[in-house]
Amino acid sequence: MSNRMNMQGNQACAMGAIAAGCRFYAGYPITPSSEVAETMARELPKVGGTFIQMEDEIASMAAVVGASMGGAKAMTATSGPGFSLKQENLGYASGAEIPCVIINVMRGGPSTGMPTRPAQGDIMQARWGTHGDHPIIVLAPASVAECYSETIRAFDLTERLRVPVIVLVDEVIGHLVETVDVGALTPPAEVSRKLASGPADGFEPYAVTQDMVPPFPRPGDGYRSHTTGLTHLPSGFPTQNPAKAKAALSRTTDKLLHHADLIESVEASACDDAEIVIATIGISARAAAQAVTDLRASGIRAGLFRPRTLWPFPEAALKAATANARAVLVPEMNQGQLVLEVERLLGLNRVHRLNKIDGEAITPAEIVAKAQEVLA
Amino acid sequence: MTDAPKTDEFEINDYIRLDQMPHFLCPGCGHGIALRALLWAIHELGIDKDKLAVVSGIGCSGRLSAYIDANTFHTTHGRPLAYATGLALARPDLHVIVITGDGDSLAIGGNHLIHACRRNLNLTTMMLNNEIYGMTGGQVSPTTSAERYTTTTPAGNTEPVFDACALAIAAGAGFVGREVTMQVTGLKNLLRDAIAHDGFSFVEVLSDCTEIYGRKNDLGNSPEMILSQKAQMRPEAYRNTVDVPFRPNALKTGILARNARPEYGSAYRAMTAGIREKGK
Repeated sequence: MSNRMNMQGNQACAMGAIAAGCRFYAGYPITPSSEVAETMARELPKVGGTFIQMEDEIASMAAVVGASMGGAKAMTATSGPGFSLKQENLGYASGAEIPCVIINVMRGGPSTGMPTRPAQGDIMQARWGTHGDHPIIVLAPASVAECYSETIRAFDLTERLRVPVIVLVDEVIGHLVETVDVGALTPPAEVSRKLASGPADGFEPYAVTQDMVPPFPRPGDGYRSHTTGLTHLPSGFPTQNPAKAKAALSRTTDKLLHHADLIESVEASACDDAEIVIATIGISARAAAQAVTDLRASGIRAGLFRPRTLWPFPEAALKAATANARAVLVPEMNQGQLVLEVERLLGLNRVHRLNKIDGEAITPAEIVAKAQEVLA
Repeated sequence: MTDAPKTDEFEINDYIRLDQMPHFLCPGCGHGIALRALLWAIHELGIDKDKLAVVSGIGCSGRLSAYIDANTFHTTHGRPLAYATGLALARPDLHVIVITGDGDSLAIGGNHLIHACRRNLNLTTMMLNNEIYGMTGGQVSPTTSAERYTTTTPAGNTEPVFDACALAIAAGAGFVGREVTMQVTGLKNLLRDAIAHDGFSFVEVLSDCTEIYGRKNDLGNSPEMILSQKAQMRPEAYRNTVDVPFRPNALKTGILARNARPEYGSAYRAMTAGIREKGK
């Protein structure tokens, strides 16, 4: 089925969410992500869903988690300062294992920064923004079509694994308009969380199951369980017993390791014979793809490595893609965040940086010039 | 939206998680009395425990949700109303009750409170006002009385207080009431009317923190604190029965505001149903 239409990245996130079964959205206006909210406000009522504009960013994240605690597939979207304010209740969702999706359209920072200008300065915040050691998944689309498909994948992952999923978009991708064949992208079946079933007597909402994802006790189904942001026992009630606290926290981290194959998604193109691999995400990866073509035309064997799942970082895939490369170049619109992870995995010797923080996207020509410089 | 009212006698053990006893509240704390009144009201309304959702924030009040045999959610500091808003909108079939405290809902969560009042979603909020941050060791709160000593007002409180009920009324709450823990039956009746109200309802309970606040300010033991609270209240029900109001400067108790406004969830669902009808 072909259903080609012009779509903006932010709109594609919203339409992908609805295709994935999202029926609750709470948000707060902020540039450059407001089109996600506007699209949801218009489209959700048509499918029997609920849109609400809350009093602030904190409340909108809380309402999303609250709706999901009721069993609804729920999402919010934000940018810049709003993403900082989301972190409190994002941490709750991570700790209490409440599925939810957060679209973060990155703009210039810190603080109010450059609201209408693109940046990729939230790479580390997306991983470590909320306090404490916590599991999280971050996806990084690089096209409008991927805004649609990765938001669907975000819902699949959050519902399947009960861990919050952030879709990390930059302002250029969020506002880019491209032709998308929605018919070709729609998944065959939508994924919903596994619900608790069986006797309520003795039911433990955070019991250790074989797949490490406890079934969700939906309110009204008779389980009458307790949910808390305190470190909790399999029973759901708080504990400070060292061994039990360790076991509880370890399970949520091990859960992601257990499902690593499901989570990981990378694009590695022309890397096998590459003397230089360009590793980046989002709009910088679009520029890098063009740079690879241009470098190859000039006789330099370049490749592109793009982690579609940014966190957990695809460590083995990066090592494999760069096994034969003399140099690895990391272009990013910040002062060096993604490169820290690349350096951690590959060492400092062959890893090079290309950073841009002036509110403009990195161009293919800038990547070509830097690649030529590091290989010279 | 209430179920068939129950006439059999209220037995608190039917509504609490006995396996979570003993509870962690201090001796003399008024929160347990408020919890009993709340569960009594739930019993009288005949609410099915499976359809009852209790959302609480952080602080001493926040811990009460864990003791209730229902779908319970102990959320983040100041945010239970925002969580409850999402839950009630996603699940209009549930009875959603929020338990919060003076710090939780008037300081860190003040914005959520005024907007919940304005929005008028079908939720009931029970705010336990003990004038102190008890959980963190006794710091000043937005309702700490003048000149009272706390760990962060070592020379006495110089800040004015919030009148939570006046705030809720001004922000548009459909049902607002206040009661002291001394009047358990009155509090139960107030909470029952609040839960039965179609829209946002707000009940302030004047609770006592004997162990920290009372001790620091030499307010006596729990019965003494509760009696002094009772002595300072002015039941709203007596308003028209005496020519000159007694205790004119005291806090009013009872139902302080009750008005019918469109309930937000129903209004939203009617609007979206209209959109789907047009789209057919």
